[in-house]
Amino acid sequence: MGILIDKDTKVICQGITGHAGSFHAGKMLEYGTKLVAGVTPGKGGTRQQGVPVFDSVIDAMKNTDANASVIYVPAPFAADAILEAAEAGIELVVCITEGIPALDMVRVKKYLSSGRTRLIGPNCPGVITPGACKIGIMPGYIHKPGHVGVVSRSGTLTYEAVWQLTRRGLGQSTCLGIGGDPLIGTDFADVLRLFQDDKETQAIVLIGEIGGSAEEKAAEVIKREITKPVIGFVAGRTAPPEKRMGHAGAIISGGKGTASSKISALENAGVTMTESPADIGTTVARILGC
Amino acid sequence: MKLYEFQAKNILKAYNVSVPCGKTISQSNDASETFREIGRNRCVVKAQILAGGRGKRGGIHFVNTPEEALSCVTSMLGTRLATHQTNQKGAEIKYVLIEEAVSVKKELYLAITIDRSLCMPMLIACAEGGVEIEEIARRTPGKIIKEPADIFFGIHPFQARRIASQLNISGALSMRLNNLIVRLFRAFLENDCSLLEINPLAVTTDGEIYALDAKMDVDDNALYRHPEFDQCISYQDVSPAEALARKHRLSYISLDGNIGCLVNGAGLAMATMDIIKLHGGEPANFLDVGGDASLEQVAQAFKIILSDPKVRAVLINIFGGIMKCDVIASGIIQAIKEAGIHIPLVVRLEGTNVEIARKILDNSALSILCAKDMKEAARMAVTASQ
Repeated sequence: MGILIDKDTKVICQGITGHAGSFHAGKMLEYGTKLVAGVTPGKGGTRQQGVPVFDSVIDAMKNTDANASVIYVPAPFAADAILEAAEAGIELVVCITEGIPALDMVRVKKYLSSGRTRLIGPNCPGVITPGACKIGIMPGYIHKPGHVGVVSRSGTLTYEAVWQLTRRGLGQSTCLGIGGDPLIGTDFADVLRLFQDDKETQAIVLIGEIGGSAEEKAAEVIKREITKPVIGFVAGRTAPPEKRMGHAGAIISGGKGTASSKISALENAGVTMTESPADIGTTVARILGC
Repeated sequence: MKLYEFQAKNILKAYNVSVPCGKTISQSNDASETFREIGRNRCVVKAQILAGGRGKRGGIHFVNTPEEALSCVTSMLGTRLATHQTNQKGAEIKYVLIEEAVSVKKELYLAITIDRSLCMPMLIACAEGGVEIEEIARRTPGKIIKEPADIFFGIHPFQARRIASQLNISGALSMRLNNLIVRLFRAFLENDCSLLEINPLAVTTDGEIYALDAKMDVDDNALYRHPEFDQCISYQDVSPAEALARKHRLSYISLDGNIGCLVNGAGLAMATMDIIKLHGGEPANFLDVGGDASLEQVAQAFKIILSDPKVRAVLINIFGGIMKCDVIASGIIQAIKEAGIHIPLVVRLEGTNVEIARKILDNSALSILCAKDMKEAARMAVTASQ
């Protein structure tokens, strides 16, 4: 079980012949992901990591029964790659690429709003249902199958949280990074609802950061719809205003998007917040009574 | 990337947006001549910094003679101006803009930004211009007019008319405002802006509409398709360390503390700063080496941190996903060999190839404090910095 992906998910990799695409395609296969094809325009007919490469997503779809795609295409071409996957009927598109122009994402979101494709990312580590399917760049071995759902705007901070859980014997149902950009396909609110409906998930870890209002929106959803325990951490309490902290989306601007506003919104919604990023695992263990 | 007012105004001129006649100078000697060139009885001298709130803090002055212009510019150039949008030290004034003073009848506010939750460009307007919009939004949110724009259609003319009517602008003036809104929207899209703010947008006594100020932020991610902005990069107000970091595609922000941080991933980098603070220390910087840094980038990052005289200890916190821990370890050793190190170094590594990395560090015979987790790393770094 878990959300979004499982052992039967069939994945294609757009940008499989690039440096990152090829490396991580190999790692996904090693993990046991059903990676059925790659796509690189102009490289159709070749093979990469033992899977066939096609010129277009449509070609890959005709020859396989893929229902998910992971994108490692460079930023100038990534928006096009997302649209291509959606147009071809891929249900789940996970975009790893960092640095897509914001206005490109505005166009992509507008296009996707009329279809049924779900986009995760961009600028995200991907999605993993431990022991079943890994779509993305996270190190597989830090995960363990279990009952904690993890959702985060960050990549490495998600690994940190997952590792703390695994070392305490707490496995995960599904872990995903929704992306560090200001404009992303799937937000906290969407993922929280999926975790709420997932039988496997018993508790949810939510890792936010400064910038935007996704955590405040998540807090409203938690208050109204989420009955499972939620444990939270928000990064960037010490971040100065008006400075972009690495992630394009992580900026306190005009007094908006501060860590304290997010922390208090989540606390008011009943989320157990950890002050230290090192205490996420112990806090989950305490809440679950193990 | 934030543009200076004079740069933004030059771009807007190409979109037929009226801006006051003016010139930017960086030498006070040029001030009186510039005043004469503009040929008006009254000019305004505006400090050029990449932050708002200048007027309240003495960054904007009216002058009536070439002599006044000279003394005003002399008192500004080379000094620092601190506003609520800068840090306490303020930003150095390297350029001033001298402009004709237009006679203002009414000041409006107009901005275009991207609404993150709606995922749409958003026009924001207010009949009270010239003041801080955040302040109005807090006190009287009802006075803020918002109009989302379709990315494919652009701003519809009827939306522009609706804004004008809500701003109580009518007749011939409203037609001018409508056209202006459409042109500003085009400028916003074509220049890949994340913010285009005109505050104030002035209606003059002779019925013209002028952009008296202009703030333009260009999306860094879109700079690759705007070579015309390359020349603006050299104008950016960044420290030498920040400029060096940018050159090596590292995300680095200098802070006030004494613990240097080298981390992979923005979220973990912020969390590392937070945990240092939580354990009683102060981070000297934010530094994200990114997801897939090379050995050279890591070595460069390390040197940038060591070049900061405030730094009393360094904390390296790496959780390898794309990033391989052995690359980090080799980069650190390379940097230490080249630059030397005379302060304590705490290293916490986890993730891809961590075993190889630990061996590399063990075999290096360097005195490195190895931490087993983030909490221990933070404690060790804070102790080492005291």
